[in-house]
Amino acid sequence: MPNPYSDGSGGEVLQITNLIMRYDQPGGGSLTVLDIPEFSIGTGEQLAMVGQSGGGKTTLLHLIAGLLAPTSGSIKLAGVELSTLSEQGRDRCRAANVGYVFQTFNLLPAFTALENVQLGMAFGQRPVDTARAKDLLDRVGLSDRMTYKPRQLSVGQQQRVAIARALAGKPKLLLADEPTANVDPASADSVLDLIINSCRDEDIALLMVTHAMEVTERFSRVDRLDEINRVLLATQSEN
Amino acid sequence: MWLIRIAWRNFQYRALSSLLTTLSLTLGVALVVLVLAVVGIVSEAFSRNAQVGYNLVVGPKGSALQLTLNSVYYLSQPIENLPFTEYMEFFDKDTRAKMVRTYGGDPALGERAGKYSAHTNGGFAIPLALGDYLGEYRVVGTTPQFFEDLRYGPELTEPFSFREGRALKSYTEENSFFEAVLGFRVAKTMNLKVGDTFNSTHGDPEGMGHGQGFVVVGVMEPTGTPNDRVALVNLEGFYLLEKHAKPLNGDEVIAPATEGIVDAKGFKQITIPEREVTSILIRSGNPMLGVVLQNTINESLRAQAAAPAGEITKLMDAFIGPVLTALLVITLITCVVAAVGVLVAIYNSMNDRRRDIAVMRALGARRDSVTAIILAESLLIAVIGAVAGWLLAHGTIWLASGVIEQQVGIQVGIFSVSEYETWVFPLVIMLALFAGFLPAMSAYRTNVATNLSA
Repeated sequence: MPNPYSDGSGGEVLQITNLIMRYDQPGGGSLTVLDIPEFSIGTGEQLAMVGQSGGGKTTLLHLIAGLLAPTSGSIKLAGVELSTLSEQGRDRCRAANVGYVFQTFNLLPAFTALENVQLGMAFGQRPVDTARAKDLLDRVGLSDRMTYKPRQLSVGQQQRVAIARALAGKPKLLLADEPTANVDPASADSVLDLIINSCRDEDIALLMVTHAMEVTERFSRVDRLDEINRVLLATQSEN
Repeated sequence: MWLIRIAWRNFQYRALSSLLTTLSLTLGVALVVLVLAVVGIVSEAFSRNAQVGYNLVVGPKGSALQLTLNSVYYLSQPIENLPFTEYMEFFDKDTRAKMVRTYGGDPALGERAGKYSAHTNGGFAIPLALGDYLGEYRVVGTTPQFFEDLRYGPELTEPFSFREGRALKSYTEENSFFEAVLGFRVAKTMNLKVGDTFNSTHGDPEGMGHGQGFVVVGVMEPTGTPNDRVALVNLEGFYLLEKHAKPLNGDEVIAPATEGIVDAKGFKQITIPEREVTSILIRSGNPMLGVVLQNTINESLRAQAAAPAGEITKLMDAFIGPVLTALLVITLITCVVAAVGVLVAIYNSMNDRRRDIAVMRALGARRDSVTAIILAESLLIAVIGAVAGWLLAHGTIWLASGVIEQQVGIQVGIFSVSEYETWVFPLVIMLALFAGFLPAMSAYRTNVATNLSA
């Protein structure tokens, strides 16, 4: 089935132009958190983005995923301009093109490992592919834990289920928000391997946000948010 | 399909809370279904009892409802008595003359036809005499005609049949004037069977016992009518009990009986002036003209005629209907309270599941999808509660069906559905949708970015 939320060009999976994100302040006025003139990720490209806490990394991921709408500017995801879409359209675009790995895993506690992975496909246009869900769990080494609930899994296992879930819908772009922050160092390496290798195998672009420098060593492209976000640039120059 | 599955998983995940809210809804639905069943059974019992095979009850002037209650249902106190001559007005000249010859009385009574006799030609007039008790049950004096002419059942085609014995007779060598037939509940409760003798009490259940007893010659099969709760005795024997004959004042014209019976102990039928009846069950020859007969009787000085079906409908409308409606409203409120419980349970859980909702949104779920999941959860509770409540109510009805049949003669099966019951399910679904609406809106408004970062 052709993806209506992709132009199928195979060029850049993400293009950001003149992106501004402002929040209204309780006392009046507004706070600009992001001002990014240009940013893009190519198809299948893997990129680590580093930046200090509170620098707007998570906000950027939410904007790319269409969970937030920018104040102004353009975000093209898989060739589709998100600003032209309704919220429902952005939801569909996200379901079709974006996989999301959270720092805190965010597995749904009521569901088994297999069901959590299936949920990664449940809201898309395609039918839920149970065979792919099982295959993904097998690839992350949890074929014997499919019926386990999240509370029955170790932290590392939970993150691996979360990775399988993010890959389940065959996204074009995987957003990973500090995926190793809550796992022990030994598990962190295997989690990183899993994400990087899986994205490479499936030709999925990867944007991993982190503030851990040891993670960035695994990436050929590392962008610093404070170099592309003019708000942070201004703050630094003031200092 | 996945929305239902997600809702079901949420139901399972909060098992205790889900089960408790479902249980409260189950009990609410069961109560409504049970009350509807009770309403149905009571209405059926009343309408069935009003189908008595006669269209009028004639008695002394007074409350038509009281007349109906004491003559059809054997409840309440009789108004007064009518002279036997009122009863004779329903018979032709020959029958009246024979009554005079048999019982003794004014010969003039037999020289004319009764003034209502044209109306009962092809129908019947059956006398009832009330006033005695057997335990808590009424003892009613009547004639063998009661068993010959009256029918019961939905089509009014079933004659009284006997579990044992036979119908009473006006006179037998064996039992003289003192034969009785018992309704099945009377026989069961009083532990009486054919061949036994009982002595009725005068005036009320605690009253003085009569010295003369009646011999049970028959026990009726259950009929589901008030006749299950009555002891029918021969009217002639009833008259012969102490204080049952009307005292004579000496002014009466009485020609002695020429065709009467005197038994071995010297008992003989009493004269017409000494006789009274409490009421008369009438079926007019032409039922269409029953209203004409009713009006004619009501214009007379002494008697009134009541249509039992009409009186029962009035009683239902005036008293029982509102009580049953109030009962139904109360149980419906129980359902509403249960639905509020569903609302509270789901709404309280919303705080715990905002992150889950945000995660689902991040996975591509639309706002209306997460809204639908919450509504589906509420609907699941409603469907499970409604089905369980329905089964609980019908299981209870089925378990009580034996007692119900014994008490009111109505057969109820496990799947006997009352007229309004089909509305319960849609009503519960509506309530569940209302109950789910507020939490669903909360889910709809969940801020994804905030809750993912929380």
